[in-house]
Amino acid sequence: MTTTEEAPAPPETADERVRRVGGLANLMTRPEIGALAALVLVWVFFAIVAFDNNFVSMAATASILNRAAPLGILAVAVALLMIAGEFDLSVGSIIGFAGIAIMLMVTPGSAGGFGLALGPAIVIALLITLAAGLFNGILVVTTKLPSFIITLGGLFIFRGLATAAARIRTARTQLGGFGDVPGFDILNALLGQKIDIFGAAFDIAILWWIGLTALATWVLLRTKVGNWIYGVGGDTNASRNVGVPVNRLVVSLFVLTAFAAFLVALIQVTQFGGADSLRGEQQEFNAIIAAVVGGVLLTGGYGSVVGAAAGALIFALVQQGITITGVDADWFKVFVGAILVLAVIFNNYIRQRAQKR
Amino acid sequence: MTHNESMTIAPILEVKSISKFFGSVIALHDVSMFVRPGEVTCLLGDNGAGKSTLIKTLAGVHKPTEGEYFFEGKPVDFNSPRDALEHGIATVYQDLAMIPLMSIWRNFFLGSEPTKGVPPLRRFDVSHAKQVTREEMAKMGIDIRNPDQPVGTLSGGERQSVAIARAVYFGAKVLILDEPTAALGVKQAGVVLRYILQAKQRGIGVIFITHNPHHAYPVGDHFVILRRGTIYGDYAKADVPLEQLVSMMAGGADLEALSHELASASRTDTGRAAEELAEAAQAYHATAVEAAEGATQDE
Ligand SMILES: Nc1ncnc2c1ncn2[C@@H]1O[C@H](COP(=O)(O)OP(=O)(O)OP(=O)(O)O)[C@@H](O)[C@H]1O
Ligand SMILES: [Mg+2]
Repeated sequence: MTTTEEAPAPPETADERVRRVGGLANLMTRPEIGALAALVLVWVFFAIVAFDNNFVSMAATASILNRAAPLGILAVAVALLMIAGEFDLSVGSIIGFAGIAIMLMVTPGSAGGFGLALGPAIVIALLITLAAGLFNGILVVTTKLPSFIITLGGLFIFRGLATAAARIRTARTQLGGFGDVPGFDILNALLGQKIDIFGAAFDIAILWWIGLTALATWVLLRTKVGNWIYGVGGDTNASRNVGVPVNRLVVSLFVLTAFAAFLVALIQVTQFGGADSLRGEQQEFNAIIAAVVGGVLLTGGYGSVVGAAAGALIFALVQQGITITGVDADWFKVFVGAILVLAVIFNNYIRQRAQKR
Repeated sequence: MTHNESMTIAPILEVKSISKFFGSVIALHDVSMFVRPGEVTCLLGDNGAGKSTLIKTLAGVHKPTEGEYFFEGKPVDFNSPRDALEHGIATVYQDLAMIPLMSIWRNFFLGSEPTKGVPPLRRFDVSHAKQVTREEMAKMGIDIRNPDQPVGTLSGGERQSVAIARAVYFGAKVLILDEPTAALGVKQAGVVLRYILQAKQRGIGVIFITHNPHHAYPVGDHFVILRRGTIYGDYAKADVPLEQLVSMMAGGADLEALSHELASASRTDTGRAAEELAEAAQAYHATAVEAAEGATQDE
């Protein structure tokens, strides 16, 4: 509309068509509010129950954050994908796949690898991993089948490929010796090192997690791609009809998820000095749990990356709390399951508040 | 632009012998229609006649199974609604294409986000988006205090108003409206008709679908009647009196309003469209007159 004329001045009837939303009510519609509240609750719970086990300490805090970081990095990408209305059940397998790809590239030819220098090895392994994400994405948009099913296939395919490739080339499924590769020190400084704060060792991966969470939050809330993500998750058809390049967006998000899996794999390969084809098992579910606990709607269109980060933190808190108190680890599953169900109930309530007509 | 002048202008958008099949369903068969810049083509027809299918084909949602599509005289082949939007064709879909969980301003600009800054810091210009949303909605006669309100919490008519305001804002060359007044109150319907006239005055080609002859007749320049997926007729306004139009729009009008409208229509000749709009609006409700007079003054 290019005209600059005044509004047709209908003040007396316009007012009654306005619905005011107060500050508190607004806050209550934020997707991450439940996760942040749960985060505080769970922490306080363990701070009381496990106080004698030094739960409130630098060392325990470092341990929690170190557990949360890889899951959190994964959850950033998984949350964006889920807000756009898609799932990636193969992301845990892709971690194992990427780790094996990295190790096969750097392992000397005599040991069955390709004997590449670190730089090219990482680039090639990255491209292979992104191709896995591209495969998922293209299959989802061309078949129009639920990504749940497509990537369930991927869960087996990529795990199987990782194991088979490692075994065929090296006759093993665990590959070590990454620490001896020239250039490892640089990579370690970037991704693997521990930072000492008051005697507790914090992984540098925590900084990556925080940085990626901040970046993804900015993208989601302040860029057009973020607007598209919400739109496509809310209603794919409507978004396409108003000009959102839906297929391009969905494929990109699958590639992004694969990238996050690659980063986690590279961090872990650096930390542990090698790869295991079984690494990353169940991480697809843990990342989905982190996102859902963090307020991401299972059906898409709603959620936040900060919430997913809080979800990952809750996950690690519970894990650490159970471990530290010496309670049987089986209780961990009960706890996580209960939190998941409670979070979904709460988030559903929040969503209905936001959606109610 | 007068009526006579516009008759000689080449169509901005034209389809020739379009057919659209959905599997075994023949939704459209051998349909040709056009709209000229500065003209309003009303697309009329019974439920299921194929109106929405036709405009979705024009908007790039469907690819025609057969037939040709010309925009500004050149053949075009839209692969997505984005292609059509880039040609300046904006559409209000019958289902509105709104995301209930997203705020008004996010919906308003979805797919056409204004940005500021340079890559990689290029970002959605949120304050501009909110301001434009507020202004455009105010022009529709709807005062939104909080553009952050999710669209799902708006009333049906308010939601329809957002969809219309959005299309009017982005429809640089062609504006397609699929039953835009269906859920609207008298005043907002009046505003929409006034919008159509304003768009027409700016030289935009408008395709207007409605089941309401009182809305179609005052603003339309010609009337394309679709029946069971084919063109039944295409009538210039001068050639078709209102009562004939109504009888051709099978099931489109309720008789009481019809006779009311006939009485008011017979008092005027087919004069200037804005005047007729005023007449039609008067027959409805006194408040609609305000809006119509606004349109007259704009000329
Ligand atoms: N995607 C589709 N698949 C199969 N059939 C379809 C599809 N879309 C439309 N049709 C059929 O095409 C016909 C025309 O539908 P359309 O929506 O264009 O009607 P319409 O004229 O807009 O009706 P209304 O006035 O009720 O909105 C209908 O019989 C409908 O069932
Ligand atoms: Mg229709």
